Amino acid sequence: MRAKLGLSKAKIAQARRRAAGIAGPVREHIRRHTTVAVERATLRLLGADGADRDGVPVPNRVVEALRGRVGEGLAKHYVSALLREGKSPAELNAALAEGFDIAQVPLLDQGRVAAKAAELVRELESRLRANVAHRDAQLKEFSSNAKSPMLYVIVATGNIHEDVKQARAAALQGADIVAVIRTTAQSLLDYVPYGATTEGFGGTYATQENFRIMRAALDEVSRSQRRYIRLVNYCSGLCMPEIAAMGALERLDMMLNDSMYGILFRDINMYRTFVDQNFSRMINAAADIIINTGEDNYLTTSDAVEKAHTVLASQFINERFALDAGMPARLMGLGHAFEMDPSIKNGFLLELAQAQMAREIFPEHPLKYMPPTKFMTGDVFKGLAMNAMFNFASKATGQSIHLLGMLTEAIHTPHLQDRYLAIQNALYVMNSMADFADEVEFRRGGLIMRRAQQVLDESLALLSEVERLGLFEAIARGLFAEVKRPKDGGKGLDGVCEKALGYWNPVEDWLKRRLKIAG
Amino acid sequence: MFIKPYGDTLNDGAVQLSFSLPVACGGKAREAARQLVLKMGFAHCEIVHAHPLSDEFTFFVAYAKTAAGVDFERVEYVEALEEKSLSMDEVNAFIKAEFKRKLVVVGACTGFDAHTVGIDAIMNMKGYNHHFGLERYPMIEAFNLGAQVPNEKLVERARELEADAVLISQVVTQKDTHVQNLTRLIELAEADGLRSHCLMIVGGPRIGNKLARELGFDAGFGSGTYAEDVATFIVKKLKERRTAGSRRKQ
Repeated sequence: MRAKLGLSKAKIAQARRRAAGIAGPVREHIRRHTTVAVERATLRLLGADGADRDGVPVPNRVVEALRGRVGEGLAKHYVSALLREGKSPAELNAALAEGFDIAQVPLLDQGRVAAKAAELVRELESRLRANVAHRDAQLKEFSSNAKSPMLYVIVATGNIHEDVKQARAAALQGADIVAVIRTTAQSLLDYVPYGATTEGFGGTYATQENFRIMRAALDEVSRSQRRYIRLVNYCSGLCMPEIAAMGALERLDMMLNDSMYGILFRDINMYRTFVDQNFSRMINAAADIIINTGEDNYLTTSDAVEKAHTVLASQFINERFALDAGMPARLMGLGHAFEMDPSIKNGFLLELAQAQMAREIFPEHPLKYMPPTKFMTGDVFKGLAMNAMFNFASKATGQSIHLLGMLTEAIHTPHLQDRYLAIQNALYVMNSMADFADEVEFRRGGLIMRRAQQVLDESLALLSEVERLGLFEAIARGLFAEVKRPKDGGKGLDGVCEKALGYWNPVEDWLKRRLKIAG
Repeated sequence: MFIKPYGDTLNDGAVQLSFSLPVACGGKAREAARQLVLKMGFAHCEIVHAHPLSDEFTFFVAYAKTAAGVDFERVEYVEALEEKSLSMDEVNAFIKAEFKRKLVVVGACTGFDAHTVGIDAIMNMKGYNHHFGLERYPMIEAFNLGAQVPNEKLVERARELEADAVLISQVVTQKDTHVQNLTRLIELAEADGLRSHCLMIVGGPRIGNKLARELGFDAGFGSGTYAEDVATFIVKKLKERRTAGSRRKQ
């Protein structure tokens, strides 16, 4: 992509330095802490799975039984139990679900435990490598049918089997990415439900079995359409690392994963979220899963003209936290959104400026562009026109992941035909202007250039302010999304534990080696 | 006055419809769609567009004519606000003059609902679309409890804070979860005694005044509502209640 905005390279580099300065103290906090969710994710990656009769997942049972020892790392207990009982993970899981008390199992010596853990980690590694190899092979085989940007739709029926029908229909119509929206409130559950589910409100539970069912259905459509259909789910919430683990095991291709979303929009405690997001991103990176960050959400509470710079500032911060988790730029789906008030004169030019700016500042990143939502109304016909403008902006600025706008956005979760209309709209617009971006440049010193430069300047000023205050304090003061979150407020703080001297986590050790993360 | 939809002539009854059927696209599917529209009670039907959504679904656009109509004069409807809303400054002046104290308003998304966009638009300092939220009103003490507040908790907090009005936002309405949740809330508020002296108001994109009143709330506000609309309702209704109360005391 040719640079069209005359953005100052020095300022961009300066913004990245500010972001590194912001992430530094947080990295220190992350290094010194674990959480109940990190431990549960670790257990899952070593083989813990299943649930007891009351639906309490085995990883939660283990953590509850050993609640006082979380700071030492719980993997050694699970591995010791495997060895002492002479059981496979599946057998041990069944016993745990029946009430077997892991707290009564004495720890074995560290040498034996480490050897067994190394074996389990090797199995994990080979499963993830096979997933990546399968995806890469499919992408290569079907590369001639790949679109740019990729068209992304959501399904949200609450019933995984119904979701499958709708996802299939959307893929046949031309969708490249299917996200299964989670049921309302799952982000605040401190466990991941087990098994296939058919009841949900405004979405479907993220469970490992649901992941598997949808993956299998999309694999089938991928073959018939000769187009690899990507599957998305959500890492956000109190179970970020666990859901990342399940997504890695079941070959999801993208996961929503924002470093601050849970804090700002779900009132999850910040000390909890920062530790969880880091571990979940390491898992995402190891499984070659593209993350989608949530900057678009800022513009649902703040004005897109006045607060455009907060989106850019957050993109820099999300980029930095992703780098700290060993993630390459090609997996960073930084988010932004087409959310300007449609009544603003030249609002479309401001949207173009923002989208082009994101593209130029983050050239290798698969940017995720979100459609109009805030100013969508029950007037579905105007909504369709707004979505066409959004489609145009996305293609004109070379975005990567294009979340299709639904004409019924303000009314209900999409009906079957809403996706069809959205896909037709995008295919028409994007085909008829396929090479527009190569043909058009922006006037030097014109409105679009000036706007992008202004947003970069404002973003730099905000990043400097956040660095000066420290990120924890900046969030407490409401510098992002105009939402104030006290440091010790929100959900999940009691699940954060300082790592004890003998903390041991073989999965974390492996992730750090594999992703070449120091410390 | 008897009215029917207007297409291009008075009372032609022209209606545009679109829907999907769970069958493969083809002549038979088109005919099925046409018959379906006639069964809905329409007089004429043209299927103007049919397109496969997959091998098991088809999308249709249809135009049809209805014989149905309504007598407009006999339609009964009461707006939550019958007159024009006061401005923020007028609301404050009204509270100073009439109540001589700050009014307490508590808001939340209750039950499972995690979508704070609506309650934030009404309550946050900044408001929405250049309409300041209740936190900005000098004569209103606004407490936004946020998302997924259990109904019990909301009632408890409203009692502690001696709320004059409680605002509930419900965005998720799939499978009528909001109806169950709102019914439960009213029951709790009544059992608690809160209901007798506190206004209960619900808002959300799919919420209307009619539904809200049926569920036992004082008012319901749909999309397009700003903080001043809600504030105007609160101050006028509280004044009306006080006047009615003092009359009873006499």
